[in-house]
Amino acid sequence: MTAASPVPVHPRLGTRVAYRLQQVLRPNAGYRWLGARIEAAGAARTLFTGAEKQTKTPLFGCRMCGQCALPVTGYVCPMGCPKELRNGPCGGVGPDGSCEVYPERRCVWVDAYDRAASQGRAVDLRLLLRPIDHRRWGQSSWLNYWQGRDDDLWTGDSGARPGASP
Amino acid sequence: MSLRERLASGSFAVTAEISPPRGASTSKITETAAALKDWVDAVNVTDNQGSNVRLASWAGSLAVLAAGLEPVMQMTCRDRNRIALQSDLLGASALGIRNVLVMTGDHPKFGDHPEAKPVFDLDSVQLLWTLRTMRDQHVLLSGRKLDPAPDCFLGAVENPFAPPVPFRAERLGKKVAAGAQFVQTQFVFDVPAFARWMTQVRDLGLHEQCGILAGVGAVRSVRALDYMRDHVPGVEVPDDVFRRLRAVPAEQAAAEGVKLAAEIIRQLAEIPGVAGVHLLVAGNEQAVPDILHSAGVRVSQEPGATDGR
Repeated sequence: MTAASPVPVHPRLGTRVAYRLQQVLRPNAGYRWLGARIEAAGAARTLFTGAEKQTKTPLFGCRMCGQCALPVTGYVCPMGCPKELRNGPCGGVGPDGSCEVYPERRCVWVDAYDRAASQGRAVDLRLLLRPIDHRRWGQSSWLNYWQGRDDDLWTGDSGARPGASP
Repeated sequence: MSLRERLASGSFAVTAEISPPRGASTSKITETAAALKDWVDAVNVTDNQGSNVRLASWAGSLAVLAAGLEPVMQMTCRDRNRIALQSDLLGASALGIRNVLVMTGDHPKFGDHPEAKPVFDLDSVQLLWTLRTMRDQHVLLSGRKLDPAPDCFLGAVENPFAPPVPFRAERLGKKVAAGAQFVQTQFVFDVPAFARWMTQVRDLGLHEQCGILAGVGAVRSVRALDYMRDHVPGVEVPDDVFRRLRAVPAEQAAAEGVKLAAEIIRQLAEIPGVAGVHLLVAGNEQAVPDILHSAGVRVSQEPGATDGR
């Protein structure tokens, strides 16, 4: 969707630190209040969204899809996969774990599995991630997360209706 | 017996593969389907395999159906968004195509239009989930009602050998949870590695919810094997397979390839939970009777009796 083609990126942030950060960013009443104030003011929203991009792009190769999957992918961005796969690797991964499209780079899902498994979180990769909403490109996923708009991104339950948005 | 019935019956299932032509005719598909129909339960019709433009999978599937064989319509996520994919399922179902095999698809980079836009709006798990919801809950991804709902038997693919290997059985588990009723695997040359994957598959109970068809190919020459290793993403060929093919004179390589395929089929049939084989023989369909005959599958038939070539 964005101008740049997806390219696998190895995160610059260690796995343990990333999971700790997850605790810090977890939605609460304070964040919800803050998020609502930021969203109410156009300029603050632009500034905040820019800050998220400036933080996440160098760390994770974030492309600002606006619906962040990092917490369940070992903090490796699945949108760096040339096929933008959100539910695991394709069948073309090289024997050395390389991406079939960019053989000099490591498959994001090989990376995700190793990182998640290193912290006992490999089970996260079993979650079913729903199709993304392409209207959200460029939005702040932190604001979406705090406002509960991301609650439906993944599920462990196979019976749920895909794409049902709150 | 349909593929769905064959898998439900527990008897050994066999599927094969047809690659549609680069041209506006289905006559070759009709001819191949007629030659295969007494040997296999169903035949896949590939969807622009290797990202090369070919006659559409749905059109090839209709030709197979007309020739008296059950098609498995392959559907990749590479070229169509969620609107087109859902529409294609409705069309296929309305015209009698029941088996649909869902896969991510090769990247356009590897095909004859490397400059094309890669779509990948849904991934294979999401597409399986979408199609199952259309069938069982009679709704589109948008939630809009379908009348009537499509009827389909959903398939998936898996590569047991590609990293991350410990995740591969779980990945099949995701596909089964999303709706896969059968799975066809990548080429199996390394039977022990496949057996290890099957152990995990059985531990997860997936073989009871999903028919597992192991991919088996007939190698025609050392050159074909080289090509497979170097140009087909996700295929690993062990060195002893190369040694074996090189050890025979070039004109006997094809016969040796058939022998090897038959041996692999016999070994696979012994692995608990394997429901059958998927013969990856696109372009070499005439080898199917010989392979099955030497593997001792479909022994009531004689090669040549229905081959017509």
